[in-house]
Amino acid sequence: MFDTFPLWPTRASTTAGSVDALFIFLVALSALMSLAIFTMITVFAVRYRRRRGVASEQIEGSTALEVTWSVIPLFIFVVIFVWGAVIYFKERTPPRGATEVYVVAKQWMWKLQHEEGQREINQLHVPLGRDVKLILTSQDVIHSFYVPAFRIKQDVLPGRYTTAWFHPTRAGTYHLFCAEYCGSQHSGMIGQVVVLEPAQYESWLSGGGASGTMASNGQNMFQQLGCSTCHRFDTQGRGPNLVGLFGKPVQLEDGRVVTADENYIRESILTPGAKVVSGFKPIMPVFQGLVSEEQLNALVAYVKSLNPSPSGAAGGPTVVPSGAKPQETKVQ
Amino acid sequence: MATAAITAERENYLNQEYGIKSWLLTVDHKRIALLYLLSITFFFFIGGFFALLIRLELLTPAGDLVQADTYNKLFTMHGQVMVFFFLIPSIPAVLGNFLVPLMIGAKDLAFPRINLLSWYLYIIAGVLMLHCMLTGGVDTGWTFYTPFSTAFSNTKVIEAGLAIFISGFSSILTGLNFVVTIHRMRAPGMTWDRLPLFIWAHYATSIIQLLGTPVIAVTLVLVVLERALHLGIFDPTRGGDPLLFQHLFWFYSHPAVYIMILPSMGVVTEIIPCFCRKRIFGYKFVALSSISIAVFGFLVWAHHMFVAGISLYAALIFSALSYLVAVPSAIKVFNWTATMYKGSITFSTPMLYAFGFVGLFTMGGLTGLFLAALGIDVHVTDTYFVVAHFHYIMVGGALMGYLGGMHFWWPKISGRMYPESLGRLAALIVFLGFNLTFFPQFILGYLGMPRRYWQYPPEFQVLNVLSTAGATVLAVGYLLPMVYFLWSMRYGKVAPDNPWGASGLEWMTTSPPPTFNFDKPPVVTWEAYDYEHIPAPQEARSGG
Repeated sequence: MFDTFPLWPTRASTTAGSVDALFIFLVALSALMSLAIFTMITVFAVRYRRRRGVASEQIEGSTALEVTWSVIPLFIFVVIFVWGAVIYFKERTPPRGATEVYVVAKQWMWKLQHEEGQREINQLHVPLGRDVKLILTSQDVIHSFYVPAFRIKQDVLPGRYTTAWFHPTRAGTYHLFCAEYCGSQHSGMIGQVVVLEPAQYESWLSGGGASGTMASNGQNMFQQLGCSTCHRFDTQGRGPNLVGLFGKPVQLEDGRVVTADENYIRESILTPGAKVVSGFKPIMPVFQGLVSEEQLNALVAYVKSLNPSPSGAAGGPTVVPSGAKPQETKVQ
Repeated sequence: MATAAITAERENYLNQEYGIKSWLLTVDHKRIALLYLLSITFFFFIGGFFALLIRLELLTPAGDLVQADTYNKLFTMHGQVMVFFFLIPSIPAVLGNFLVPLMIGAKDLAFPRINLLSWYLYIIAGVLMLHCMLTGGVDTGWTFYTPFSTAFSNTKVIEAGLAIFISGFSSILTGLNFVVTIHRMRAPGMTWDRLPLFIWAHYATSIIQLLGTPVIAVTLVLVVLERALHLGIFDPTRGGDPLLFQHLFWFYSHPAVYIMILPSMGVVTEIIPCFCRKRIFGYKFVALSSISIAVFGFLVWAHHMFVAGISLYAALIFSALSYLVAVPSAIKVFNWTATMYKGSITFSTPMLYAFGFVGLFTMGGLTGLFLAALGIDVHVTDTYFVVAHFHYIMVGGALMGYLGGMHFWWPKISGRMYPESLGRLAALIVFLGFNLTFFPQFILGYLGMPRRYWQYPPEFQVLNVLSTAGATVLAVGYLLPMVYFLWSMRYGKVAPDNPWGASGLEWMTTSPPPTFNFDKPPVVTWEAYDYEHIPAPQEARSGG
């Protein structure tokens, strides 16, 4: 019965629990408020229905009452607002050390790549009990990545990254929907999120047949495109040294200070003139239209991997020194 | 044809002149109201027909009744027709047009010719929209989100955009006319604190129309230019920003919801005191709440964009502001309820619609609290939860108010009474049909069914079948009034001047009113809703 006619969505992430708790609170509150109003209306309608010889009583109003029924709801609203904001704040802040998956949406499919290099289409395998961060972008129109069982949704925009994250708490297969109307086959742009036990996930991951991690693919790109000519790993390059860049504040030529997040790296590759680092000349060529979204993701993953931070979240900073020097001379 | 009954009638705005020209070139606000009534009813049934096709398609999980592209056009044009060609003009352009001058004791609107112009603009826009629909239609969703609308859709986006652009001018001119009329044309003694609250509601609405509509007009022009000339305003590959469109669009389209619901609140605020034989509870607070809804309504637009990629802090601010706008709405509901206290209540058709309005608007408003809560919005935005919520406000609220108003003022407009028991039956059918159609959609939405889906996973079917069943009931409820209104124009009992024993200047002139509304310009020496001085009607008591 409940498989064919469910009344409550599956709860398969940590977020789902907190969203449901607020939702249940609001359902109870709404039921209470509407019950109160509808009871009053019914009681008044019966009690004060027209009767011969009984006239209505003219009442002008009551400022005290007006203030009461403005302030009490306002107070309740503040509580709801704060509660909802706390959940949202967590939803929008991916924890450190999360497994990263890059998502490219296009009419009408989901292309996903794990940082370990595995690619998937319309399917996402993730391990139970680990934080998973999604870095999403679109190749064409706006889409929206929606997994009802996790209670998460994030629009996927062309020309920039958005991020989302979840922590699966229950193994199983769940709906992945596109939630932003995107054209003819919008309702066909669906897929599955498969949450596996960690051991199963490891075996799935090793059976993927991926050719290298995203960071190592990105490293190859970095050399093929000649990026390494200027972005050297010392202070002599014509472009800034990228080691340790990710997540740090960057002083720009025009005086602004920005944080080097995924979107900053992305923008600096596609339209380098937009944000020039202080002390450098705007000589880098524009890569807009020259690299695909997947290649761009690999480059971003590589730049992120250049962080020597001991957190170990990104994939393998050890590969850096080996390929850097020889490539520099080759391109010259 | 011209029987004794008609010739015996006093001269009024309907029988003063005959012939098609006397209608198409009229500058009488009451005749223009009727022109609007005909045209918006036409578009209502077109939009309703699309809705019925949508519901039939969703009867089964597979996409089997129409093609995917056809389905996308159906929900797009359902939205565009219902929002821009029915709901926005509905109460203001029909009831407002008819009643604003009557209620304030004026002989017409301030600019009668502009009033006619605004109808012609509406018709030009409507014809363009019809042409667009008949020659292929448009599939962007009523929201026109970029870059889909500007670079990817291969349907008639430009034509639909222009149609809505033109209809916007019609809306602006109506708003302008009302603002000037309310300021300048009030009868002697009709001070601001004696105005019927219907007028206050229309004043607030007009302000939104004047300030908001130009923004959607500019936005649509940008979409058209971007599509035709590839300017790159919304195109990220040219340095544009697709989110800019959403900000501009919702800057108008959120306040537009208040263009639809405020006049309806105005109607209900007239009906409830009349059928309680009581003055409204908290006149000043109800009037002020209309104005504050109009003002706060402009500050909440980004609550449509919590998952769209706006910053965390922007989302927090817009969520908080959204709760502020809920307060004046709550104030209204409490005041309507309090008005019933110690009243002398009768349950005529308009009152049943008013009850329906309060019930459905309350539910729509409460579910708005869910959507304004950031954490929950992430899950339910762009699902059927949103679809259910805004139909509770825009159909359950705005349309119930419109129908209630049509029944309340029909005797004044047509000079005839409609059959009361059929009226009550239709109100009941609409209420039940509406809830059956849209309540299951709240559950569907929380389960995660996205909106604008042509096909869906099979576990959502039971709720969709319920919803479709409700839609057919609702259709009957909407057809009934149209039939008996038409019937009543010929066979209905002749209406007395004030069949409900209502307060308000419109009831002090004849039914239907003469062309210049009042034989003698009225002088007002009393407050609005002074029901202690107005005898209850004999007519309504027998019930019909």
